[in-house]
Amino acid sequence: MDSRTTNWTNSDDAILENAVRRGATRRELLHMLLAGGMAMSAGSLILGRATDAVAATPVAGGHLKVAGFTSSTADTLDPAKASNSTDYSRCCALYNRLSVLDKSGQTQMELAERIDSADAKIWTVKLRKGVVFHDGKPLTSADVIFSLKRHLDPNIGSKVNAIAKQITDLKAVDDLTLEITLTAANADLPTILALHHFMIVADGTTDFSKGNGTGAFVLESFKPGVRSIMRKNRNYWKAGGPHVDTFEFFAINEDNARVNALLSGDIHVAAAINPRSVRLVESRPGFVLSRSSSNSYTNLNMRLDMAPGQNKDFVTGMKHLVNRDQILKSALRGFGDIGNDQPVFPGNIYRNNDLRPKPFDPDKAKFYFKKADVFGHSIPVVASEAASSSIDMAMLLQANAAAIGLKLDIQRVPSDGYWNNYWLKAPVHFGNINYRPTPDILFSLLYASQAPWNESQYKSEKFDGMLVEARGMLDQAKRKEIYGQLQAMIAEEAGTIIPAYIAAVDAVTAKLKGMEINPLGGMMGYSMAEHVWFGA
Amino acid sequence: MNIRVLDLILSRLFVAMITLLIVSFAVFFATNLLPGDTASILLGQAATPEAAEGLRRAMHLDEPAVLRFIHWLLDFLRGDFGTSYANSMPVVALIGDRFVNTMKLAGITALLAVPISLTLGITSAVLRGSLYDRVVTVLLIGIISVPEFMVATCAVLFFAVYLKWLPALSFANDAHSFADMLKIYSMPVITLTFGVSAQIIRMTRAAVIETLDTTYVEMALLKGASRGRMVLKHALPNALGPIANAVALSLSYLIGGVIIVETIFNYPGIAKLMVDAVSTRDLPLIQTCAMIFCLGYLLLTTAADIVAILSNPRIR
Repeated sequence: MDSRTTNWTNSDDAILENAVRRGATRRELLHMLLAGGMAMSAGSLILGRATDAVAATPVAGGHLKVAGFTSSTADTLDPAKASNSTDYSRCCALYNRLSVLDKSGQTQMELAERIDSADAKIWTVKLRKGVVFHDGKPLTSADVIFSLKRHLDPNIGSKVNAIAKQITDLKAVDDLTLEITLTAANADLPTILALHHFMIVADGTTDFSKGNGTGAFVLESFKPGVRSIMRKNRNYWKAGGPHVDTFEFFAINEDNARVNALLSGDIHVAAAINPRSVRLVESRPGFVLSRSSSNSYTNLNMRLDMAPGQNKDFVTGMKHLVNRDQILKSALRGFGDIGNDQPVFPGNIYRNNDLRPKPFDPDKAKFYFKKADVFGHSIPVVASEAASSSIDMAMLLQANAAAIGLKLDIQRVPSDGYWNNYWLKAPVHFGNINYRPTPDILFSLLYASQAPWNESQYKSEKFDGMLVEARGMLDQAKRKEIYGQLQAMIAEEAGTIIPAYIAAVDAVTAKLKGMEINPLGGMMGYSMAEHVWFGA
Repeated sequence: MNIRVLDLILSRLFVAMITLLIVSFAVFFATNLLPGDTASILLGQAATPEAAEGLRRAMHLDEPAVLRFIHWLLDFLRGDFGTSYANSMPVVALIGDRFVNTMKLAGITALLAVPISLTLGITSAVLRGSLYDRVVTVLLIGIISVPEFMVATCAVLFFAVYLKWLPALSFANDAHSFADMLKIYSMPVITLTFGVSAQIIRMTRAAVIETLDTTYVEMALLKGASRGRMVLKHALPNALGPIANAVALSLSYLIGGVIIVETIFNYPGIAKLMVDAVSTRDLPLIQTCAMIFCLGYLLLTTAADIVAILSNPRIR
């Protein structure tokens, strides 16, 4: 089919593939196409292409070159310190976790055979038999205990220290069984262990430059800030193992340079390309876009303990002033989902989909602003490149505010030092939150009264109580109900506006097959190296 | 060489040493003014106060700043460049390869740019006012006016994306043969040559014109010296000082100022290392990089000064 005859583009293909992977039926997809003004006959062709891209037989061999978007001398192979897509990509190739999340966000077992508990407080982990590290040492419960204990030591500087603190005791039952005791019941433990930081390293490891794990690839060379090269692990415990022979990963920080490197054939994957570069990639044959699920968001925070957020009416006015459609279409070029002002991501089983986002209504906003008496004042709003797309969002917001006579003073500040100096501190500012797999983590991190990142200083005893109650519940339906109520409370009462959830878009050569979405992030939750292959 | 020349050279070297010390202190001071420290930056969004405090203690960042500077300076004088805060690798190991890469890029660029620039500068001075001179001048102004990232990006789009002759990325460590070298280095070197030679050509031309206008060159011409002899034997030696200065200034830029070229071609050099170090507030690495840049700059300018001293008949 000649794509020039219609306005059908690669980004639409990517959206469709995304739907196929999520498990949409053929009928639903044809509906999507018809809604897009596509004739039934053309629709079938496109659909064929989308399903082809998803299902194909893997081929072995090849050298995979992937370029991420950030890299520095702070790059590390220590999973506890891993901090961005680059570290995660390397760690996913070298190590394994006890559990992993699949494309629909469900927890699956990886190094663990089972993770069970009767009361959600004392957990028994049964490890898989016959797993060996790259250096030949077999995996035992001692390795797992060592790996988990590291997060509790403040000298290590683990990124998940706050989450790991709920582990009070780790005990080996036998070589392949261990017991984890928590301070209080938490039914989410199997999901928490699927976070990248909880990768399992060998007992006693202090030198992480070797990347000695149980993962699909063995480290050949690693230079922080430059690149790393890995080769297929011939003794990988998963049947089949990775398809490609070697995997090279480095980062090209400059967005245009990354896209150019892909177009010139120097790399196979350009991770997280700027929405502005989408058209450039689409205009060239032989490249496709891989749209990940929406797994981060940029939000506007109004501190409820400072002027002007102290006044409830100002916050309500702002919620009506945000034009979510406009933000999604222009600031994010359509790559994302509309947000309903609460942090549980679309696709999560606990998400409250009945919660409607506040409609864009300048008149209503004006009414509330009058009540709050903010007209005539200039209100500073802090935005920065550090919170992705926040500058674009701030500009749109400013224009909408100006239309009803409200003056927003957009202060664009440097990325360097943003999280230390402005985030959580300025009265009105933007934040950026990455994917977290469970509502409990999101709520305890962001909205509980004592939450370390309580962006709007939201305090509610009722909220805190319900959060603790739901945490220990093994009954999923009941939990879903409570989490639904908590989401409604946040959307209504907290001072945070989440206009849209952002999807990352990776640009990929069409030769590369097997890319799927994963809620943990772009590049298949950063584990693509283990799964993709080169097609004909 | 007499005592006076030696004295001048020694005092230049002494000034260079003092400059290094002042620069190291200034860099340290400036780094401390930046918001946040290594611990909070490494933890990023996860920097809860306790976590940051723990890491700070483990990294000895809780010591007073001045004490840390003195420790660093004493170690540096003993030839110990310290350990990177960001990834606990020795600074020498981090810099090693990348320093070599930078020197390679700078060296190749200098080998290409300096002879071309000198030839163009001298010939356009000699043929001042001719069509040749005017064409060179107009082209130069055109080249100076185009920013480096523009030249680099256009080169990538044209030679890598459309023609597919050259790779868009320049991994210096992948060069195993002469052909590889040629492929990997051509675009970065051309980009840098554009930026560097314009400066040298302009300065050379001005310096040569100035000496050509002096009375002794006129005298040489009147005494019957040929035009070539007049330029090479009488005018050029006297213009050597300013020319050496122009060359030194332009080349010193190649050591630290090539950040744009390193970014666009993903060339693993030392400039990007310094930027990384600043963004993670990695003091040992920042200081060592700064020392290298400063030392390179001082070596080149001192060499230029020495050339000027030696070429000056009044003090020779």
